[in-house]
Amino acid sequence: MRALKELTGVAAPMPMINVDTDMIIPKQYLKTIKRTGLGKGLFHEMRYNKDGSDNEDFVLNKEAYREAKILITGDNFGCGSSREHAAWAIEDFGIRCVIAPSFSDIFYNNAFKNGMLLIRLPQDQIDDLTEQAEYGANAQFSIDLETQTVTAPDGKTHRFEIDEFRKHCLLNGLDEIALTLDKDASISSFEQSKNNEHRWLTPAG
Amino acid sequence: MPAKTLYDKIWDAHVVSTEPDGTCLLYIDRHLVHEVTSAQAFEGLRINQRKVRRPELTLAVVDHNVPTTDRSKGIDDPDSKLQIDTLRDNTEEFGVEYYNEQDIRQGIVHVIGPEQGFTLPGTTVVCGDSHTATHGAFGALAHGIGTSEVEHVLASQTLLQNKSKNMLVNVTGKLAPGITAKDLTLAIIATTGTAGGTGHVIEYSGEAIRTLSMEGRMTLCNMAIEGGARAGMVAPDEITFAYLKGRPKSPKGDDWDNAVEYWKTLHSDEGAHFDTVIEIDATTIAPIVTWGTSPEDAIAITENVPDPKNFQDEHKQSAAKRSLEYMGLTAGTPLTEIKIDKVFIGSCTNSRIEDLREVAKIVEGNKTAAHVNAMVVPGSGLVKAQAEKEGIAEILIQAGFDWREPGCSMCLGMNPDRLQPGERCASTSNRNFEGRQGSGGRTHLMSPAMAAAAAITGRLTDIRTLQKTEAPV
Ligand code: SF4
Repeated sequence: MRALKELTGVAAPMPMINVDTDMIIPKQYLKTIKRTGLGKGLFHEMRYNKDGSDNEDFVLNKEAYREAKILITGDNFGCGSSREHAAWAIEDFGIRCVIAPSFSDIFYNNAFKNGMLLIRLPQDQIDDLTEQAEYGANAQFSIDLETQTVTAPDGKTHRFEIDEFRKHCLLNGLDEIALTLDKDASISSFEQSKNNEHRWLTPAG
Repeated sequence: MPAKTLYDKIWDAHVVSTEPDGTCLLYIDRHLVHEVTSAQAFEGLRINQRKVRRPELTLAVVDHNVPTTDRSKGIDDPDSKLQIDTLRDNTEEFGVEYYNEQDIRQGIVHVIGPEQGFTLPGTTVVCGDSHTATHGAFGALAHGIGTSEVEHVLASQTLLQNKSKNMLVNVTGKLAPGITAKDLTLAIIATTGTAGGTGHVIEYSGEAIRTLSMEGRMTLCNMAIEGGARAGMVAPDEITFAYLKGRPKSPKGDDWDNAVEYWKTLHSDEGAHFDTVIEIDATTIAPIVTWGTSPEDAIAITENVPDPKNFQDEHKQSAAKRSLEYMGLTAGTPLTEIKIDKVFIGSCTNSRIEDLREVAKIVEGNKTAAHVNAMVVPGSGLVKAQAEKEGIAEILIQAGFDWREPGCSMCLGMNPDRLQPGERCASTSNRNFEGRQGSGGRTHLMSPAMAAAAAITGRLTDIRTLQKTEAPV
């Protein structure tokens, strides 16, 4: 996993609630057996016109936001399916941080596994940040994971909460599977005692 | 011992280790795998030269991509074929049991797990699919995971998790005749909102839940995720045990007896703490349909399309406006005047034998409306065979329904079954998101009975009025 300590860049404002994973990446992109290259499908329905040309009204198609590294959006972002393709598509586009009042649980986990940082802030702070993001390319945001702060273009800092373990993995770019496999001995002894107590746990047939 | 909830009990029985910040390594007893979210996980194992830790706890099936027409001659779409072939190759290479598209046990992953007795009370169940919540109907802790987590579970049989909060949805009283688990689950989401369950695991309890069949409980828990919850669950009881007894992968002999003895301890203790409690009166629930593009846009069939002006805040107002535009609806229109083009009966929410029996009861002796194209996609090969044996298939075909091979089908339209832009569908699935059933397609979620009624009249219909006028006296 790619580490993330700090991030500075333009933030794209997308004040919509309940942005679901079908909107983030529709089904036609799910037939891939790879993790890469999904950025082109990000927000497909909103981003492209019927003839495949860019919808100029969509935020990420505006000149100021084409290189956005941060997305500021509404409540319950990433709800719906568990498709990690949603996180892959956002990351592949170049956005590494999403800020919203809340996220769906599965999307939240998926994003962190891919070196992304998701930040939860209260709605009034989101409204404030959205307004500033609307200034476009001149509005630079910076995020510092170590101190858990977002600094907005107006210089105000907003502190966010994050689990220690998640933070540690992201700051250091750790491979969680390798970390877990280091605990092989405890997994094995857990397995044994459980199977002794509950033999029915092994499927019949 | 402090009083524990059902969720607390299952959680505590699966913690392998705990990080200083409370993040736990949770043991996973059952892992279901399908073709869309697993290829990159197996690839990760290969790259890192890792094995599947316990292949016997893993069961794979193909469901999302398969066409629902005759599959004996192979699969046309090259991308679907590649994904399906990749799953076959991966399960072979890593020694995982796999039901391919020709196998009678093949079907939607959340239908086959319970059907095979793979899903059991008190277990932790995961799958790279958000509707894994379905398995909570058995008193299992079951939830969807992403592909990186699929890889983590394959490699280690564990998952890194933070414990969720406890939420109780207590449904008092009985559902009125004609009202089903689908109406109940939609009514609950309409009450809590799609984010209402975020960060929680829901336990459903109360009289209305206890009298639900396993099929009904699965429908209920299936949509826990639509309410934002990590999982939904129902404490196991005699109905659960009766369903599981004798299934191919259920425990046998002494193991069965020991299992049942343990399963009987799986309920929330008196006085256990719930962070959030919701009370619902089952007797007030009418048949429910959705009008918008979020499952929380669910109202009684007797109501009118709502006016965005009446929503509480500006975010909700603009979401409602966008929904109405997308759905091609005008505020104030009675729901029962909305004409439909298609009917889809299927998906992991409502494609089990009980659902099909329900549909058959309503359509028997009737015909689908001339302008309506209606399809039924059974949840598994075994459901299909059972329905054919009971004469259900014949009734449906006589009524003008298209009778298909099992799979996810038009629930998400990854295979050729899709809505065309602007087409309106009465659907028994679980998501009415924009484009979900096909780009530009318009989905109204409802129960199988309501979808059957809509198929006959050609418009959204209150099942209770249909029963009054068309049922033989
Ligand atoms: S039937 Fe629909 S919701 Fe269920 S697993 Fe398949 S695609 Fe997902």
